[in-house]
Amino acid sequence: MPKLTMVQALNMALKQEMEKDDAVIVLGEDVGLDGGVFRVTDQLYQQFGENRVVDTPLAETAIVGMSIGMAIYGLKPVCEIQFSGFSYQNFHQIENHASRMRWRSQGRFGVPMVLRTPYGGGVRALEHHSESREAFWSHMPGLKMVIPSGPRNARALLVSAIRDPDPVIFYEAKALYRAFREEVPEEEETMPIGKSQIAREGNDLTMISYGAMTRPTMEAASELAEKDGVEAEVVDLLTLSPLDDDLFTESVKKTGKAMIIHEAPMSYGPGAEILARLVEKSFYYLEVPVERVTGFDIIIPLFNRENHYIPSVKRILRTARKMMDGMK
Amino acid sequence: MPRSKIDIPCHVDYLSILDETGTVDKELEPDISDDFLLDIYKAMVLGRRFDERMLNLQRQGRIGTFPPITGQEAAQLGTVAHLRQSDWFVPSFREMVAEIWRGRAMETFLLYYSGYNEGVDIAEDQNNLPLSVPVGSQTLHAVGLAWAVRYRKKDDVAMTWFGDGATSEGDFHEAMNFAGVFRLPVIFVCQNNQWAISVPLSKQTRSKTLAQKALAYGFPGIQVDGNDVLAVYTAAKEAVERARAGDGPTMIECVTYRMMMHTTADDPKRYRSDEEVEGWRKKDPITRFEKYLIDKNLLEPKKIESVDQEVKEQIQQAVDKAEKLMKELGDPLDMFNHAYAQLPPHLEVQKAYLAKELAETMEKE
Repeated sequence: MPKLTMVQALNMALKQEMEKDDAVIVLGEDVGLDGGVFRVTDQLYQQFGENRVVDTPLAETAIVGMSIGMAIYGLKPVCEIQFSGFSYQNFHQIENHASRMRWRSQGRFGVPMVLRTPYGGGVRALEHHSESREAFWSHMPGLKMVIPSGPRNARALLVSAIRDPDPVIFYEAKALYRAFREEVPEEEETMPIGKSQIAREGNDLTMISYGAMTRPTMEAASELAEKDGVEAEVVDLLTLSPLDDDLFTESVKKTGKAMIIHEAPMSYGPGAEILARLVEKSFYYLEVPVERVTGFDIIIPLFNRENHYIPSVKRILRTARKMMDGMK
Repeated sequence: MPRSKIDIPCHVDYLSILDETGTVDKELEPDISDDFLLDIYKAMVLGRRFDERMLNLQRQGRIGTFPPITGQEAAQLGTVAHLRQSDWFVPSFREMVAEIWRGRAMETFLLYYSGYNEGVDIAEDQNNLPLSVPVGSQTLHAVGLAWAVRYRKKDDVAMTWFGDGATSEGDFHEAMNFAGVFRLPVIFVCQNNQWAISVPLSKQTRSKTLAQKALAYGFPGIQVDGNDVLAVYTAAKEAVERARAGDGPTMIECVTYRMMMHTTADDPKRYRSDEEVEGWRKKDPITRFEKYLIDKNLLEPKKIESVDQEVKEQIQQAVDKAEKLMKELGDPLDMFNHAYAQLPPHLEVQKAYLAKELAETMEKE
């Protein structure tokens, strides 16, 4: 199996789906000759031509609105919004149309499109290039919100997203794009949307995370095992909406302790929903209060201070130890 | 009832005064004082040299990503030169030298592109908006500012800058339409530098010019040689006078070229040829302006050298100042500054959380 970065794995998913199905169209700013500013669409233009890999004028609303039209017709557009910070330009096309066309047309039209967009900090970028606003999309009825955590699941989930009959917002963590490689099988691999996974097994504490934050979470879990003899179970959500609350509530029934880690601001963030589900489904198993380790409720600072904003291994450990100490 | 033609007065002026060989059209030559011509020249050189220095610093890893302006000095200075202190300056993100002209301290660019929020520092008496990254979005703010100016019965204007790519954004068209409908004192300055990252103008629009978009919104548009500072200056003078007189907006399309990469994270070799870039190098705005000033006996080789020296010293001072500031700045707790006029209680809690974390780290170290 080739060892790929997340960029290469996503590229593989697009290439293979485009080879398989001529309804799959890639469109966006600089996705053609340039191969996308992060190179996720590298060489697709050369292989499939300008009718299937479309360099659009600079207009996010138009990219998404046009994708909706293409999807209604029966194509499977995979549009790229260069940075999630620019996806608010197309917010109304998603909220007013993509997410509700099925409902509004009484099932006559679906919108099987994917909106891929890089999110999150940690790459020393300019303003509007580092936000985590997954809560916006997770809050919208009618949408699916997927956030992979590594090359292999990114590839498998993108394939599933392209084949999904409903609109999928697909967040790609910039910090993971080239952070590490994984073996990704050449042969087809999909993963179900709406299912989380256990990234690490343990009986002492449940850590719930997704996307870029699964890495520091896993690192913290390893250190807890090594230095504290605490075995944490890490749940990698993979999909934020629809949220799979079976796995993490079952895990908490076992461990009695839950912490949630995300980069997005705390208030009204995904952690709030996760916490609500924990209370609804596993309240009587909770031995200590649930903790959230998240970004602060401010605009993520320019990159000189971003490492103090983004949850670090240290911050995760500090909270985990506080919870474990609470048990003594 | 027959099919008939609706007569729409339709033309876009094209203006060029100082051609690429440095030859001036005497009839069109604007009347600008010698001192002011030299001020503009110095600013152009400063912009160019600062761009080069920043690229150098970026390549050494001493600052982060930034968008170079090389080649666009005339388009920026020929327009901004008309603004009074009280006028409103509404930039995009590639107007470094116009920002310096408007009083932004040079070291703040270095701070900003090194990831310090303090890199934005706008004095109380400066009507300058901070640079705006989401393409085209700032044009609407210029419209709002202009509306407010008129409401308060002032004769200030708002000038906003954007690129060719921005003319594809809805925000731009909505701004143009509002400005036309309300007949507002706005000047829309398009720096048509031919490339929106990798997308050439030919893939951005089917229109013959960008200036003609103004016609659809009911006000004049003019296309100028954007590397000809005299032409840019002349067109902007007319536009600002029109706006101040209450005669509404103008769009100026400055035909120029992005000589460098979109930002330092971009590699233009992937999508455009060296020949194209070299072709535009011959149209350099500074070279031709230098020749014009030499012909006017305002410059001679020694003076050129002294301007260059002066500018380099200014840049060095800015670099030194920025490096000194970077040592003083950087308290992580400052990220909570300016979140709201007054920090709400939940953010006080979060700030205290971070302070505690930092204190614990200090103890351990």
